[in-house]
Amino acid sequence: MSNIRRFDMDAGGSSFSFKQETEAKIAFWLSKYPNERKRSAVIPMLWLAQKDNGGWLSEPAMREVADRLEMAYIRVYEVATFYTMFRMQPVGEFHVQVCGTTPCMLRGSDDLIKVCKSKIGDKGSVGANGKLSWEEVECLGACVNAPMAQINDYYFEDLDETSMAKLLDDFVAGKDPQPGTRIDRQTSAPEGGMTTLLDESLYDGSLARQLTSIPGAPSSVVESAEPDVAVKETASSPKLENNASADKTETEVPKKTENAGKPTLEDTDRPLFLDKPEGEADDLKQVSGIGPKIEATLNELGVFHFSQIADWSKANIEWVNGYLSFKGRVERENWIPQARLLSVGGETEFSRRQSKVSEKGE
Amino acid sequence: MSDTAKVVVDGVEVEVPRNYSLLQACEEAGAEIPRFCYHERLSIAGNCRMCLVDWVGAPKPIASCAQAVGDMRPDRDGSPPKVSTKSERAIKARNGVMEFLLINHPLDCPICDQGGECDLQDQAVGFGRAASRYEEPKRAVDDKHMGPLVSTVMTRCIQCTRCVRFAAEVAGVEEIGLVSRGEDAQITTYLEASLASELSGNVIDLCPVGALTSKPYSFNARPWELRKTESIDVMDAMGSAIRVDARGAAVLRVMPRINEEVNEEWISDKTRFAIDGLGRQRLDKPYIRKDGKLVPASWDEALGVVAERLKGEASKIAAIAGDLACVEGMKSLLDLMRSLGVSSTDCRQDGAKLGLDASGNMLPRESYLFNSSIMGIDEADAVLLIGTNPRKEAAVLNARIRKNWLHRDMPVALIGEEVDLSYEYTHLGTGSQTLKGIKPGTGVFEALKDVERPMIVLGQSAFAREDGAEILHLASKLAADVGCFKPKTEEDEGWNGFNVLHNAAGRVGGLDAGFLPADDGLDIDGILSGAQEGNVETIISLGADEIVGDAFGNAFVIYVGSHGDEGAHRADVILPSTAYTEKSATYVNTEGRVQRTQRAVGSKGEAKEDWKIFRALSEKIGKPLPYDSIEELRMKLGEDNPAFKGVDYVSTVSDSSIEFPFGLAGDVADAPFGHAIGAFHLTNPIARASKTMAECAELATQHIKAAAE
Repeated sequence: MSNIRRFDMDAGGSSFSFKQETEAKIAFWLSKYPNERKRSAVIPMLWLAQKDNGGWLSEPAMREVADRLEMAYIRVYEVATFYTMFRMQPVGEFHVQVCGTTPCMLRGSDDLIKVCKSKIGDKGSVGANGKLSWEEVECLGACVNAPMAQINDYYFEDLDETSMAKLLDDFVAGKDPQPGTRIDRQTSAPEGGMTTLLDESLYDGSLARQLTSIPGAPSSVVESAEPDVAVKETASSPKLENNASADKTETEVPKKTENAGKPTLEDTDRPLFLDKPEGEADDLKQVSGIGPKIEATLNELGVFHFSQIADWSKANIEWVNGYLSFKGRVERENWIPQARLLSVGGETEFSRRQSKVSEKGE
Repeated sequence: MSDTAKVVVDGVEVEVPRNYSLLQACEEAGAEIPRFCYHERLSIAGNCRMCLVDWVGAPKPIASCAQAVGDMRPDRDGSPPKVSTKSERAIKARNGVMEFLLINHPLDCPICDQGGECDLQDQAVGFGRAASRYEEPKRAVDDKHMGPLVSTVMTRCIQCTRCVRFAAEVAGVEEIGLVSRGEDAQITTYLEASLASELSGNVIDLCPVGALTSKPYSFNARPWELRKTESIDVMDAMGSAIRVDARGAAVLRVMPRINEEVNEEWISDKTRFAIDGLGRQRLDKPYIRKDGKLVPASWDEALGVVAERLKGEASKIAAIAGDLACVEGMKSLLDLMRSLGVSSTDCRQDGAKLGLDASGNMLPRESYLFNSSIMGIDEADAVLLIGTNPRKEAAVLNARIRKNWLHRDMPVALIGEEVDLSYEYTHLGTGSQTLKGIKPGTGVFEALKDVERPMIVLGQSAFAREDGAEILHLASKLAADVGCFKPKTEEDEGWNGFNVLHNAAGRVGGLDAGFLPADDGLDIDGILSGAQEGNVETIISLGADEIVGDAFGNAFVIYVGSHGDEGAHRADVILPSTAYTEKSATYVNTEGRVQRTQRAVGSKGEAKEDWKIFRALSEKIGKPLPYDSIEELRMKLGEDNPAFKGVDYVSTVSDSSIEFPFGLAGDVADAPFGHAIGAFHLTNPIARASKTMAECAELATQHIKAAAE
């Protein structure tokens, strides 16, 4: 028995048009390719069409994509049928994709499927008054949090029969549950809390940050392009609540908005700056990541010495990142450890090479 | 880096161009490589894995179709790479592939139309196992609707994607695709629409298994029962090479033969499927109209009536040759007419102003031929189409233009009706004024002049109008100005890019034979108006079926032809003759290639070959024609026109320059070019008698309607 995926022609109606707000996204994807190669955008375009069509791709929606990309219908049809992420049958408002691949299966995905069957109906059917539908999919790459399911755009992890049932109930009740893990663990870290790197003094601590919300997740009001902004300083809440309560979301919002503002020189978080170098200024370019341009900017601010950089606190780093729009460069390029070494007269691999280059140049 | 690479295949060293695939190199070395997805004229897919060979030193067997010889590294000692097509590993690999292919292939060869000419069947004998080891349920696939021509049994499909690539690359109509994936992968058209391409029947030949088979031919015959006759097609003016498969008196199917110079290995759907028209509406005995009704008569009686009419005043007699008339028929009719002193003869049924200049002298052959030759399209650097829709008028030729456009980015421009040609072109305008406007300095003119091999193609709708001769003049002058005529020199083989595309198989033959008005004779327009006015009293119509209704006025019409079509309905005497599959006859294609059909089946009833009818008629009149056999007739043809001396193609490019422009200098009317043919599927009496073609034409009109909405 072959199960070719076919369009539901009746449910698809006879016309489709993209939503007004999608046009900007379409323009973005089309701008990535030269006009004569615009068919390269077929997958993102189909995806956008699916989003605008309530989570599934109708035949008119597919034709609209084909017309916009000047492709033959059969070519787009081939793509749409090849990728299982394009659904050709109507789905519920919340479409549940239960991972049934080996790790999830071993950790109990069969139970999740059982829940889906009882709460929604057979695979492919739309249940709960059009709110829910489900399908079994292959590995979604979250095996460490098995068993899991993807509901619309988000992963819900470490599920079991009870939490899955609750999750589905919450969706039907319009509660908009928080994505992520459903047990006592931080993302995919060990259950019950961290077991290693507990002493922050062993490193600069920057890696032990805890997410309080998933960027762009349904209940976040402000979409953050800058993940680091969402970082919470105090690591008090080790896990996400199973049911993200409404008040929690509310308390979060103002904080994020606050953080999102650009730092100013008046902030208390700003590092200590000097009016002029104490003695001779250090060659900041020896820090990998600092070039002549950044060096000049730092000098202008009043940063002349490795020791200054080495002394930056986490808040200072945030401020520098924000003020100079570095987008986390300071941590990413390990300025602090480098500066610590250099400030006490040591050298790094990079600074060795740098000095060799300058010698040769001279 | 040299342009060639050496490779040792089964111990035989061959040197081949670097861009050859290993499969081609192996064939060069004489090794036979089994394949399903690979096809010389399609892009390489590499998905059937049947062509696996063993490259000594490579970790795995490699698909030879997808391995370029130029990319193969030499052996460790620097000697050319060694490939084995017969090693145990290669054989074992192919056995494995074959076993996988057969897992889901049904064992229904006894009821499969492909049986006996099936690649899978043949190769399973060579590489398959005696029995299957597969015990699980087989895959089954729903059959797909693909229209009235192609019948599908999709469970047999092995997903070679030849049909997909053919539709997208050669036919240029992207309508077949491979949807879904893995176990569920299926070949289908978009939402099971009917195939719209004029070349769709070729997927039947391309399909290596019985998934796509001919619908009209389904369950009709087994290949070994058929009598195969190599012949020439007459459905358009290309003269495609075909093979006529017949059993008993019936032509069961037509298949393409390979002729690189004409049709490569494709034929149009009309060529392939119009043949059921050969068995319908046939004229099998002579008829004479008595009291307004056609009644059967004996040959003697009918010829007697005709002879009596022809003894009348010669100036009131005329003869018209139709689109399917063979050279022998036209020559004998012409000779008979001339012996009676009749000068009103014309083979230009559509009224095209070709072949004669203003004072009635024959123009050189170059003025009405596709001079660059069909194969020359591959060399053309830019094409200007004038008043033609090659997709309808010569579908296979259109595929050649498309091929050049696709692979060499050849620019194409069109003056005429804006239609879908299956490739992109610049639409310059619709009529003669646009043609007139192409002067030095304009973009089109310079584009044609700048290239080495410019090509201008004129369709019949450019000539079949009042000012046809002036258009011929204008177009040939343009051709000369942009350098379409390049005489042959020692370095260069020359080029003649002035091309006339005909759509009637008999037309060039008629022009070559001189079936044109002589001296003060009337041309087609004169004959028809003469018939209305009563100046022309007797008309012999040699299959002139495109002249419809009461165009013949009150004239006495003697119809010689094979089908009860328009001409026969109007006729006063019908002399039944044979169709192209029932006679050995000469046809000249649009490029001037003289070719011969072969007799595949016997004539219907009392029908006789055209030339025999006219020979008998001449006897009856008392002025016997000077030939008693077809050989003598052909000798006479050769004497009168050297073009008929052999069965061959003679290039019109010579070292002498051509006298141009042709035609008549003068002003052209500001009128758009129409279309030379209406419905693609219904252009001649055979096609009009065909049920299959009627179905296709019906679908095509629906298609046009749907597109218009």
